[in-house]
Amino acid sequence: MNIHAVRAIYGFEMARAWRTLSQSIVSPVLSTSLYFIVFGSAIGSRITEIDGVSYGSFIVPGLIMLSLLTQSIANASFGIYFPRFTGTIYEVLSAPVSYVEILIGYVGAAATKSIILGLIILATAGLFVELEIAHWFWMLLFLVMTSVTFSLFGFILGIWADGFEKLQIVPLLVITPLTFLGGSFYSIDMLPPFWQTVTLFNPVVYLISGFRWSFYEIADVNIGVSVGMTLLFLAACLIAVWWIFRTGYRLKS
Amino acid sequence: MHPAISVKNLSKRYDSGFEALKNVNLEIEHGEIFALLGPNGAGKTTLISTICGIVNPTAGSILVDGNDIVKDYRAARSLIGLVPQELTTDAFETVWATVSFSRGLFGKPANPAYIEQTLKSLSLWDKKDDKIMTLSGGMKRRVLIAKALSHEPQILFLDEPTAGVDVELRKAMWDVVRSLRESGVTIILTTHYIEEAEEMAERVGVISHGEIILVQDKTELMSKLGQKQMTLHLQERIGGIPGSLSAYSLDISDDGEMLTYTYDTHGERTGITALLADLSQAGVKFKDLTTSQSSLEDIFVSLVGKPK
Repeated sequence: MNIHAVRAIYGFEMARAWRTLSQSIVSPVLSTSLYFIVFGSAIGSRITEIDGVSYGSFIVPGLIMLSLLTQSIANASFGIYFPRFTGTIYEVLSAPVSYVEILIGYVGAAATKSIILGLIILATAGLFVELEIAHWFWMLLFLVMTSVTFSLFGFILGIWADGFEKLQIVPLLVITPLTFLGGSFYSIDMLPPFWQTVTLFNPVVYLISGFRWSFYEIADVNIGVSVGMTLLFLAACLIAVWWIFRTGYRLKS
Repeated sequence: MHPAISVKNLSKRYDSGFEALKNVNLEIEHGEIFALLGPNGAGKTTLISTICGIVNPTAGSILVDGNDIVKDYRAARSLIGLVPQELTTDAFETVWATVSFSRGLFGKPANPAYIEQTLKSLSLWDKKDDKIMTLSGGMKRRVLIAKALSHEPQILFLDEPTAGVDVELRKAMWDVVRSLRESGVTIILTTHYIEEAEEMAERVGVISHGEIILVQDKTELMSKLGQKQMTLHLQERIGGIPGSLSAYSLDISDDGEMLTYTYDTHGERTGITALLADLSQAGVKFKDLTTSQSSLEDIFVSLVGKPK
């Protein structure tokens, strides 16, 4: 194991986060705070409790998930796309590093940033609404698994993209709708039966449901199913990455 | 002892169908400066990129000091430093950070003293805390060299190191290369500036259309293929070459004041004595005489321009 290389890549990516602090931490925290003020306090005060939880508290897990997903993807995809774009990737490709080490460096850093961000948003939420976390272990597990999975997904996106537009289009056109329709702001049994069934094809539902369960013990789907679906998506991303590295897809000609 | 680099039957065909390298065989010895010479698009960068692991070979094998670049990629790549042709740098990083990053990436523990020494030898020390984006092109090139040297490689690839670099900096770069060589580093440089190969290299490989068409000791190459020209400055203008001299390969200048005789240095007879005797017999007198040897450039053009 080339531990120095892992540390170098990881450190490089973390340094990038510090350099762009306003973009990587401040702006997601600010936008999430706005959600809390608008939906949690202003509108939320007119909405009745959902399953015994006040609306402001109800949306916290979904909002954290929303940030985790978008930031994991944005961070990891940019982290690998930018060196490809500028050409500095030559150095990583010519270095005595294995693909696993490259992956740990880039995805590890992106996931770390997401986890830190998630915890900051959680703390911020505590300022606006009342929070209780029933299962700390599961909450952290979901936080870590989601960050890793979607950082992997972002890594794949950053390798697939051949322009900045593609880099933006997936988060905007796929991830944001899936998250909004994934029960961030509502419980899916508030939907008509037909749409409840449709929603079950949305993988984000399982993430948000499981995460919310770890807070309030209320869930749209069984917690076991949530964990299973998350692991399934993680496995799918790992297989995709394995294939990318095996073939050198868009990395080596 | 293994050669520093050993390339066997290497071919590279890109997905587009373009054959960048055709059955290339090449051995580079430890401690030499080897120049890979060829016009743009000849396959120089593809060859280097393949050896360094950036491009996958289609066929053939490459050993770096006996280590296969696929099977023993860690050992092989640890020995190599690569200075790419393009000025690809992390614009927002500082010089110090980017060079330290390279060292780590190549698996070496941090060594600030060594990096300090490297930066000083490249006159980058006072720029160490500057962001790369603020540096001039020549300075960026030096940063790339510092990055390539950061892990103390035994073999250094310089892909067009002096492209777009002014004369002064080019000379400074050559000094750096020479001092590296003295420290035992094997250096492979690609260039399409002949003067660079002529100035720096001990051996020259000429590549054209993906094929190595010649590998030879530089001085040997130049003397073997070199043609010499003797120019005679005449005392009086002549209207044309006298008929009695038509057997010689003579050219007359437009103003009729100079005659140029081209001859092969490795021929048994250069024909100079006979020419001079015939000249005086024809009554042609000259006031001065100069000879010049053809440069690597002339040799190169005659090789690459050769119809197939």
